Amino acid sequence: MSNATLVSTVVNGDAVQFACPTDESLMTALRDRVGLTGVKEGCGTGDCGACSVTLDDQLVCSCLVLGVEAEGRNVGTVEGLAQDGQLHPLQEKFIEHAALQCGICTPGFLVAAKALLERNPNPDETEIRYALAGNLCRCTGYDKIVRAVQAAAKDMRKAKRR
Amino acid sequence: MRYEKPASAKEAAGLLAKEKGAAFLLAGGTDLLVKLKMGMVEPDLVVDIKHIAKANEIQTTAKGFNIGAAVPGARLTDHKALKKAWPGVVEAANLIGSDQIQGRCTLAGNLCNASPAADSVPAMIAAGAKAVIVGAKKRRTVPVEKVAIGPGQTCLGSDELIESITLPKPGPRTGDAYLRFIPRTEMDIAVVGVAVCVTLERGRVKSARVALGAVAPTAVLVPAAARAIVGTSLDDEALEKLSRACSAACNPIDDKRGTVEYRTRLAGVLAKRAAKIAFLRAGGNS
Repeated sequence: MSNATLVSTVVNGDAVQFACPTDESLMTALRDRVGLTGVKEGCGTGDCGACSVTLDDQLVCSCLVLGVEAEGRNVGTVEGLAQDGQLHPLQEKFIEHAALQCGICTPGFLVAAKALLERNPNPDETEIRYALAGNLCRCTGYDKIVRAVQAAAKDMRKAKRR
Repeated sequence: MRYEKPASAKEAAGLLAKEKGAAFLLAGGTDLLVKLKMGMVEPDLVVDIKHIAKANEIQTTAKGFNIGAAVPGARLTDHKALKKAWPGVVEAANLIGSDQIQGRCTLAGNLCNASPAADSVPAMIAAGAKAVIVGAKKRRTVPVEKVAIGPGQTCLGSDELIESITLPKPGPRTGDAYLRFIPRTEMDIAVVGVAVCVTLERGRVKSARVALGAVAPTAVLVPAAARAIVGTSLDDEALEKLSRACSAACNPIDDKRGTVEYRTRLAGVLAKRAAKIAFLRAGGNS
């Protein structure tokens, strides 16, 4: 590998090191070097959101971030949603509402929806649709995704009150 | 491709000045990484400006605001004082792309990408924003309307970068607004964008700045449109004059997003609507 740079970062709470060429995207580095294939490539140009991750809690398209930019940062991917073998409420509700068909867009939707609910625990339908406008799904027609996010938000609010 | 992350704008300018190959600046990367992927650019050097402390801050000063060149759109939305002072600028910046893009895209990047349809640029021009440019040898401050000189082209020298964008402190009874037209609700490129900033005195427009996007090779300041409403209480006649002045300033292209005729007419329509919003925000009675 020519021109490879060693990158030390934290992914889903674990310290991770990888070596990548300076012009490689974070998306490719996460998939091919860290083995986190939940990060999907749809367009590779920031239009579809399938590669959504968080970078220091900020939602971004990992295809528009260089792998070397992750140095010293905190990266969150869909693999970090489930805790101790327990699915995240968003994941449970996506299954319950059949909010996916082919599944390519699903990790990006889950990461973006989680970022939304952390900022706004009780979004209305319009807010959900705007917040997820950067995630494209060509199967579901979005309705089931919106319902799944609303249902998960409701469960998460209940769990917080407990 | 060498990747550098200098700690100061001066150091960044030094790296640019020394580079003999193709050098590119990286802030949010929402344009650069797309061009990289498409093979439109082949950088020898990429200078990441996100490690420059000043480029990462929004400073509130006695004169107004200093918005670092690497500050992403999402942080503009979260900045209450900025949003209160310049709602039109913040709204325009927030029209750029999705939440994912907002996590990265910057005002300075939107300006330097120099698309005629850049949403934040007309709003910055109407607000009287200036770009603080740092070069290897000198610093200079340039009004935003002078930065882009053509599609994809800026007035920046090969050793220069924007360190921050300054916005003045709005005077009393000042309001701004930006409206753009796209055929859908989100995630598209402006067919026309119009920004209006007005300052009122005794219910009348004392001064105004009107800027148009996507109707000329660069975003343009339209003094004739401002003159059409100065001294008026934004009555129908003034709005009609404003509309005609905006349409007259259009020099658009024909493409799949809109014809020349459509864009020219639309600029006038949007100008009236944006002016009304700015007028209300300045405390005027409609």
